[in-house]
Amino acid sequence: MSVAARHPQGFLRTYIFSTDHKVIGIQFLFTSLGMLLIGGLLAMLIRWQLGWPGALLPFMEKIAPTGFPGGQMAPDYYNMLFTMHGSVMIFFAIIPLLVGVFGNYLIPLKIGAGDMAFPKLNMISYWLVPPAIAIVCAGFFLEGGAAQAGWTSYAPLSAVSTTFKSGQVCWIVGIIVLGASSIMGAINYITTIINLRAPGMHFFRLPLSIWALFITAMLVLLATPVLASALILLLLDATAGTSFFLPAGLVVDGVALAHSGGQALLWQHLFWFYSHPAVYIMILPAMGIASEILPVFARKPLFGYHSMVYAIMGIAVLGFLVWAHHMFTSGMNPTLGTSFMVSTMVIAVPSAIKTFNWLGTLWRGSIRFTTPMLHALAFVSMFVIGGLTGIFVASTPVDLYLHDTYFIVGHLHYVLFGGSLFGIFAGITFWFPKMFGRQLNEALGKLHFALTFVFFNAVMFPMFILGIGGMPRRIYDYTQYAHLAEVGGLNRMMSVAAFCLGLAQALFIVNFFWSLFRGRKAGDNPWQANTLEWATSSPPPHGNFATTPTVYHGPYEYSVPGRKDDWLPQHLKADI
Amino acid sequence: MRIWLPEAVTTTAPAIDRLFYLILWITGSVFVLVQAVLLWFLIRYRRRPGRRASYIHGNELVEVIWTAIPALILVFLTFQSQRVWSQVRGSPPPPDLEVEVQGEQFAWNIRYAGADGELNTADDITTINELHIPVQQTVLFHVKSKDVLHSFFVPQFRMKLDAVPGLTGRLWVSATTTGNFEIACAELCGLGHYRMRGFLVIESRAAFDAWLAETATSG
Repeated sequence: MSVAARHPQGFLRTYIFSTDHKVIGIQFLFTSLGMLLIGGLLAMLIRWQLGWPGALLPFMEKIAPTGFPGGQMAPDYYNMLFTMHGSVMIFFAIIPLLVGVFGNYLIPLKIGAGDMAFPKLNMISYWLVPPAIAIVCAGFFLEGGAAQAGWTSYAPLSAVSTTFKSGQVCWIVGIIVLGASSIMGAINYITTIINLRAPGMHFFRLPLSIWALFITAMLVLLATPVLASALILLLLDATAGTSFFLPAGLVVDGVALAHSGGQALLWQHLFWFYSHPAVYIMILPAMGIASEILPVFARKPLFGYHSMVYAIMGIAVLGFLVWAHHMFTSGMNPTLGTSFMVSTMVIAVPSAIKTFNWLGTLWRGSIRFTTPMLHALAFVSMFVIGGLTGIFVASTPVDLYLHDTYFIVGHLHYVLFGGSLFGIFAGITFWFPKMFGRQLNEALGKLHFALTFVFFNAVMFPMFILGIGGMPRRIYDYTQYAHLAEVGGLNRMMSVAAFCLGLAQALFIVNFFWSLFRGRKAGDNPWQANTLEWATSSPPPHGNFATTPTVYHGPYEYSVPGRKDDWLPQHLKADI
Repeated sequence: MRIWLPEAVTTTAPAIDRLFYLILWITGSVFVLVQAVLLWFLIRYRRRPGRRASYIHGNELVEVIWTAIPALILVFLTFQSQRVWSQVRGSPPPPDLEVEVQGEQFAWNIRYAGADGELNTADDITTINELHIPVQQTVLFHVKSKDVLHSFFVPQFRMKLDAVPGLTGRLWVSATTTGNFEIACAELCGLGHYRMRGFLVIESRAAFDAWLAETATSG
């Protein structure tokens, strides 16, 4: 019996509690784009304080009276802002956009399957996300506000603070719930890719985006349980009086605490054992998307398909061996710093291979500058900056100086915005026609791209300069420091650019919703691409394919000599 | 307006700066090269009527070359870094002075040994947020914390070390210049993190001894 025949009827089962991977992917899309907007608004408030420290925001006093006494931002509110900005962006925007949206939407379509291996598990994995968001964000409405210990929630601060205890507990519980969702999704992706590939879809005929999501799912599956365990230990330390991360002799607010026997550095090891692989969870799928889009619009096979796959595997394996490079200044044994520097330097090699292969793909191509292509090219260009600046902080002695300064903030934004988010924009603009059957407006799309690209660099690049100048991150009011007397002007310029960057996103929202209803009809294969999702209608029906396709070629057979069309779909048994 | 590396005031800071500039030159060159090639390809290989893309899947020799070159550069950087790292964070030379720096929300407690020459005895000399050290002498800091994580950061030292409750971190410097500097807390420690600022005075041994004696009597 075909999947289509089992299609449950009724609005609730079709659009809300759906087990269809495409509906779930689109649910993830709307949820995480909403969270991207919220995370962005939090960033605007951060930039307000950094541009004009202490300047009044009277309307915020009405929204958050305790956070803005007299209209002026309070220091603990600032701490909450960057904590929640980071948490919302990483856990509720970037990871669900890359893994939740593209994983769910693309995997069955691109491997020629009717749906995921475990559709109900898939539905549960989505429906754990809204509660997770609600729990973490509930902190905003509790006394003391949401979590304020940074997205890293370093112990002991996260465990012993009395002022934002409820917000911190919400944060911990919400992230545990989200972790459960991620693990379910990962099991589903891995099983689906291993078992449900269409006939002829060998592993080395998989599109790079599927390879990337496959390896990412393994990272999620292996790393998330470690975070979940660490979070449970932290929750116990914070609420039940245990001492996993709390040593003896702590005196907080003049009160001697009864904890003893714990180790503060243990939290950092456990946290980064998850969170460094999480960086790759946030970049590998974007790399996959770029590897997918560049050949389509260069009309050329991907350069070095096999080495691209091995590079992803290499990054994933090494990604588990580099976590303590976040801890060079943490007070851990300096010898350990040496070993983590070595592994970190090694991981730069596969990243370099990928970059050169992308350039190789463009070489002697016939490049079409569509909106998704522009975003994919920006991904390559910006990821280079993110990667190269990583070498500074991989070098242990240089990190002694640059760690916890704005250099790190710049570096991580070049990876997560310049890399991940441009990858996400590339993916959304590329697959929008497949998801909704209509084309986005190209002119609006290109304008959105251009403004985003320019203002992104105007906000983030000066961060490197500030970091080199010694400006620490997470500082509510840098005017306290004489050695930072000169950073005000640059910070104001960055804040203006940040507001423009925020405003430019309105173009994306307008384009998205206008095209959803009024966009030009897309047709099955508007980009003349090879992979299987373009072999079915836009949007695809429940069950995806009328008959299961058979795969005859690799995914990137573009400009095959002697063939009239410059593309050769994977399912087409064409004798050229 | 000039925002760049602040003055370097210790014997080890220039080595860190040299390493920084080495990496800046290497990554800067790679950056310019990659972006230029990218831009050139985008212009040179833009879509033009009548021209078809080349059907090329890769080239093993080229791929081996562009794997090997970054690998060699990174090996070189690793060795350069390790040389400086073992100098900066390896075993300290015999110190002329030992000082305890303890972070607490939101101040730096500074502790010097009294007449008995031992830290953590009854005659210790303590100050808050005021750290004096003699120039051209090896000073060993014992970095501790009373409550949560802090990080002892003096930009002009090019170094920071987290103050971890339950552990004592050791950081040594030998200052080359006298002057007044700031100590910043570089690890989020709560509401007052941003104002956890200390003052560092590097002065001659004679001036330092005089200050310490005066502090001992006034304290």
